[in-house]
Amino acid sequence: MKGATIGISGITKSFGDFQALKGVSLDIRKGEFFSLLGPSGCGKTTLLRIIGGFEEPSSGRVEIDGEDILPLPPNMRHANTVFQNYALFPHLTVYENVAFPLRLKSIKRKSLDELVMYYLRLVELDGHAAKRPSMLSGGQKQRVAIARALINEPSVLLLDEPLSALDAKLRHHMLMELDQIHDKVGITFVYVTHDQSEALSVSDRIAVMDRGNVLQVGTPREIYESPSTTFVAQFIGETNIIDGTIESSGGRWFVVDAGGMGRVKVTDPRGYRVGDRVTLTVRPEKLRITPLGMAATEDSNSFVGTVDESVYSGFLSKYYVRLESGAVMRVFRQHGDQGEGEGLGWDDRVCVSWNPRDTFIVEGARG
Amino acid sequence: MSGPKRRRKRNYGTIYTLPLVVWFTLFFLVPLLIIVLFSFLAADIDGGVLPRFSIAAFTGLAKPRILKLFVNTIWVSLASTAITILMALPCAYFMARSKNKTMLLILVIIPFWTNFIIRIFAWKSILEANGVINSVLMGIGLVASPLQLEHNWAAVILINVYTYLTYAILPLFSTIEKFDFTLLEAAQDLGATKMQAITKVLLPNVRSGIVTAVFFTFIPLLGSFVVQQLIGTKDMYMLGNEINDNIYKYFDWPTAYALAVALMMLANVGLVFVMMSERKQARTLGARRVDEAAA
Ligand SMILES: Nc1ncnc2c1ncn2[C@@H]1O[C@H](COP(=O)(O)OP(=O)(O)O)[C@@H](O)[C@H]1O
Ligand SMILES: [Mg+2]
Repeated sequence: MKGATIGISGITKSFGDFQALKGVSLDIRKGEFFSLLGPSGCGKTTLLRIIGGFEEPSSGRVEIDGEDILPLPPNMRHANTVFQNYALFPHLTVYENVAFPLRLKSIKRKSLDELVMYYLRLVELDGHAAKRPSMLSGGQKQRVAIARALINEPSVLLLDEPLSALDAKLRHHMLMELDQIHDKVGITFVYVTHDQSEALSVSDRIAVMDRGNVLQVGTPREIYESPSTTFVAQFIGETNIIDGTIESSGGRWFVVDAGGMGRVKVTDPRGYRVGDRVTLTVRPEKLRITPLGMAATEDSNSFVGTVDESVYSGFLSKYYVRLESGAVMRVFRQHGDQGEGEGLGWDDRVCVSWNPRDTFIVEGARG
Repeated sequence: MSGPKRRRKRNYGTIYTLPLVVWFTLFFLVPLLIIVLFSFLAADIDGGVLPRFSIAAFTGLAKPRILKLFVNTIWVSLASTAITILMALPCAYFMARSKNKTMLLILVIIPFWTNFIIRIFAWKSILEANGVINSVLMGIGLVASPLQLEHNWAAVILINVYTYLTYAILPLFSTIEKFDFTLLEAAQDLGATKMQAITKVLLPNVRSGIVTAVFFTFIPLLGSFVVQQLIGTKDMYMLGNEINDNIYKYFDWPTAYALAVALMMLANVGLVFVMMSERKQARTLGARRVDEAAA
């Protein structure tokens, strides 16, 4: 497989007094589609610029295929960047933009032309070779930038929020195309985004960042289904957060005393013990909502409440259920499910329940 | 798009441009015509012209002395312009990238507040035999007798560059300021060295600023004469000096006007040259476009 590994260890970066990166370490695998995901200002671009060579870290090390690349200028690194604003050369045609990296080397005219046309075809722009960038749509500019970044056959492609300037529909389309291009060229992609759905849908693995730190690295499923911190849980889609203390262990689960709410069963204690304070999370779509009176099974977590609000949003309905303790639980129910919860509305008394397996401890403190 | 509606919509373009047309006619076209007209008339002995057609002013230019003035004018203007642009480019670049743009801009403009002649005299007091440089050099014992720093080509070109640097920096600054500097990062990312990024990406994109700066420098330099008079020697005189002398010393107006016409032609040669290279660029781009469409 083509592509390279990227080893990032202990990277810090300060701008004056402000620490933009506070010790980031990551191991990105060969040929992986790796996403850096986090809210705006968390340091994603800074990290990408350090890999690309446009910013020097205050400390730490970056290796590509085991080689320390920090001493190398950007033009000597086997990494190319797709810039957020595309950064196409306005004085050159699409063809010349893509040919730019080759014109810097001495490459025979014929093979240059073949290469340029190959990459223009790859991004389906061979019909627009003679146009100036100003004559292209946002999506087309994006593709020129990708073709231009790929033509040097880098082992790493760095993409900084490449889709943020596109409208929602085009964004989805381009994302799928990026995924296909990644499959075709097989090199390592480092993809920066603040959009969790983008990251979840195409990444092999994701690093979730916040305020200069990497909070969790994992596959989309791991990140989504077992977030390691409250922040990750809340940033990656909507979730329910429950605070409590581990009350007892034994049998098939641990029981957490969640104060006024009652007792919540958890299967995986993640190393915490009886007496520790913990924060739990459970995804809204894991919750079932049923009319009161339908017996909940002994094995599930189940609570009684009233529907505070129900929102119909296309393929699913969102319910906000106020429990007797006053806590509000979010419940998502996809239409076309078994039909349970059908017809539930405002002020209805309901039972909310979920499988203890779907409850995760995201944070805790020794009690 | 119905007919009557369109007709009702009057085109006021001519009315808006009328003041400009009047202005240009009065203050540009009329004097220009007078210059051309007078150059084809005979000279009156005490200045002025006689109403008699004559090409004597032009035929009189075919003298080795005048030819030398042409040569001086062209090479001094070209050399001064080239040095000015080469110095202005990095200045404008760093100004555009600086955080204190306004401050630097003011610093560049401040010398403008002083009269041009005064500034030349300031330079004289730096360069002359008992001037600043010589006093320092002799004071520290580096030289025994004062160096001849004025009355040479280098001094003339130095002061030309000094005078026109601001005129070159300003248009360059305003175009470079609009340049998207991430393009330089992109170029480097794609394999260009810093220098290649500048020559292959920055310069082509600020071309219009360079062209303006060249004109702002080269064209006034073609007609300059004060610097040669004050800092140069008679050997360094240019066409501007000859025009000045013809008006004030020889009272030969038609020759002065003929020289002015020649000077204008010279300036226009530069203009046409630049315009042709621009058109050629557009044409090759067009040709490439057709090639690719055919392929
Ligand atoms: N050149 C710089 N000078 C000062 N602060 C900077 C600079 N670049 C980035 N920052 C700061 O560092 C933080 C991280 O920025 P960035 O990496 O661009 O975040 P992200 O891409 O995740 O939105 C931000 O708070 C930003 O203001
Ligand atoms: Mg960013």
